[in-house]
Amino acid sequence: MTDLTVKLPGLELKNPIMPASGCFGFGREYAKFYDLSELGAIMIKATTVETRLGNPTPRVAETASGMLNAIGLQNPGLEGVVNAELPFLEGYDVPIIANVAGTTTEDYVKVAKRISHAPNVHALEINISCPNVKEGGITFGTDPQIAKELTQAVKAVSSVPVYIKLSPNVTDIVSIAKAVEAGGADGLTMINTLLGMRMDTKTGRPIIANVTGGLSGPAIKPVALRMVYEVRKQTELPIIGMGGVSSVDDAIDFLSAGANAVAVGTANFVNPFICPEIIKALPARLNELGYDSIEQLTGRSHSL
Amino acid sequence: MIRQEQMTVIKQQQIADTIFELTLEGDIARGMAAPGQFVHVRVADSFEPLLRRPISVASIDTENGQFTMIYRAEGRGTTLLAEKKPGDKLDVLGPLGNGFPLAEAGKKAFLIGGGIGVPPLYELAKQLNARGVETVHILGFEGKQAVFYEEEFRSLGETHIATVDGSHGTEGFVTHILNGLPKDFDTYFACGPTAMLDALQRALEEKKGFLSYEQRMGCGIGACFACVCRTTKNELDYVKVCSDGPVFPAGVVIS
Repeated sequence: MTDLTVKLPGLELKNPIMPASGCFGFGREYAKFYDLSELGAIMIKATTVETRLGNPTPRVAETASGMLNAIGLQNPGLEGVVNAELPFLEGYDVPIIANVAGTTTEDYVKVAKRISHAPNVHALEINISCPNVKEGGITFGTDPQIAKELTQAVKAVSSVPVYIKLSPNVTDIVSIAKAVEAGGADGLTMINTLLGMRMDTKTGRPIIANVTGGLSGPAIKPVALRMVYEVRKQTELPIIGMGGVSSVDDAIDFLSAGANAVAVGTANFVNPFICPEIIKALPARLNELGYDSIEQLTGRSHSL
Repeated sequence: MIRQEQMTVIKQQQIADTIFELTLEGDIARGMAAPGQFVHVRVADSFEPLLRRPISVASIDTENGQFTMIYRAEGRGTTLLAEKKPGDKLDVLGPLGNGFPLAEAGKKAFLIGGGIGVPPLYELAKQLNARGVETVHILGFEGKQAVFYEEEFRSLGETHIATVDGSHGTEGFVTHILNGLPKDFDTYFACGPTAMLDALQRALEEKKGFLSYEQRMGCGIGACFACVCRTTKNELDYVKVCSDGPVFPAGVVIS
C-alpha cells in the first residue's frame, strides 16, 4: 500500500497535491467537476482587507508553453471570503490554506488575524510576491529585512501555521528564505510567477493592460525546480513547491528537489481534472520508481 | 452539465476566407440546449499552444449527438484546428456559459451579427423560428470573401448583409442597415465586436436586447478572473464573460 500522506505544520494531507492560489478561485467552479475532498489541500485565491476589482483587461496573454496574467488580486474582501467563500468549502473534507495579501503590514496583520480563525483554515500562505499590484505585495518579498519583519508581524497574530510565498523575481531567493525562517515562518511556498511581458507585434504595445504580468505554466518549471533545490539545501522548513506542474512526473520532480508537497496552478485552466488525475497516478508512479511513500521520495535529489 | 470529452471530428470545411466550419460528435452535443453557449477546445496535445480556445456553436443536432462550430483561422491555435480531419479526436470542454434567452424574444426579433459573431445567431434563428418567432437577420462582414451562411439565414427569414468595402450587400456596418428598417421588433439579439455592440446599444436604447460579448479568456469556467467586465450597477460590480455570460441584457456591461 503506497502512502501518499504528508504531515506539515497545520496540515495533515491525504496526498501532497493541491491547487495553487489564484488558479482555483474559491473552489466553486471546480466543485462542479469533482469532489474537492479528493485534494490534499486547497490554496484559495488571495484575500485582501477590502474588496478589490483588480486590473483592467486584457489580463492574460498566452506565451510559449506558458501564460502571463495580471489579474490584480481581484477578490471579495476579507468579510466576503470569511462569510461566503470559506463556509462553502466547509462542505468538503479538505484543509484550506488561505492566501493573504495586502499593501501595508497592517493589511496583512488584519487579514491574517481574522482569516486564521475560520474553522477550515489550517494554514496561511502570506503573499509577499504578487507582481501585479502597484503597492505592497512584491516589495515585501524582495527585501530580506522587510520580509522578516512582515513574517514576525503575521506570526504574532495568526492562530495557524504561517507559510511565506516566495517570489522568483529576486537575485538571491535563499536570502529571503533564510530571512523569513529567522522571522518565524513555519514553511515556504514557492515559486510565485516570474515577471514578464508580451508585445502585440503589429502595434508594438504590450498586450497586458497592466503592461507586465506574471509568467506561469510549463515554461517556468526549470526555474522553479532550481529554486526549490537551492532553498532546500539551506533550510529545514517545509516547502510546498510549484511552477508549471502539469503531470505526475512534474510533481515527482518537485518532491525530489526537496518540496514536501506540490501545488498545481495554470494546468487547472487547461484541464480542470488535472489535480485528481495526478493524485490517481501517484501510487503507480511511485512504485515504478521503487518507493512506497511520498516521504521516502522527498528530497532524494540531494542524497544522490 | 459541463463535461470534458474527446469528441470525434465528423466534417471540416472552409466556407469563406479564413472561415472554417467544423462538425463534432459526442456526448457534449447531446447535452447542449441554449443557442449562444460556447465550447473550450484544446487544439494540440502539447504545451504549444497551452490554453484552450473558446469557440461559439453555430448549430446543434442533439438527436445525432453533433454540433457545428464556425471559427476564423487566424492565430496559431485556430490554424492548427483547421488542420483537423474527419475521424480525428478533439479535447472539448463544454457546453460553457449561458446562451440567449429564447423566452424574451416576443413575436418578432432582430438578430444582428458581425463577422465571427454571426455563427451563434444561426442556432438562435433556428430555435426562435421553431417557436414561431419571426426573425430578421442583419449580418455584417469585412467583404464578399468573408460572407458565410447567407442562404442558411435567408431560409429562416428576412436577411440583410452589410460589407465594410461594399463588395456585397449594403456598404458599411450593420447599423447602416438598421437605420433604414422599421423598428417593429420586440427584442434584438446581437453578437460581434465590442464596437458594434456599443453602437447597437446606443441606436436601440429604447429596445429590449441581449448581447453576446467576447473577451480574452483563461479557464472558460469562471475560476481565473481573466475575462471580467465592469457593469453599470456600481463601481465594484463585475461579471465574468465566460460563466456569467457570454450573453448579457443590453445596458449591463461596460465594455
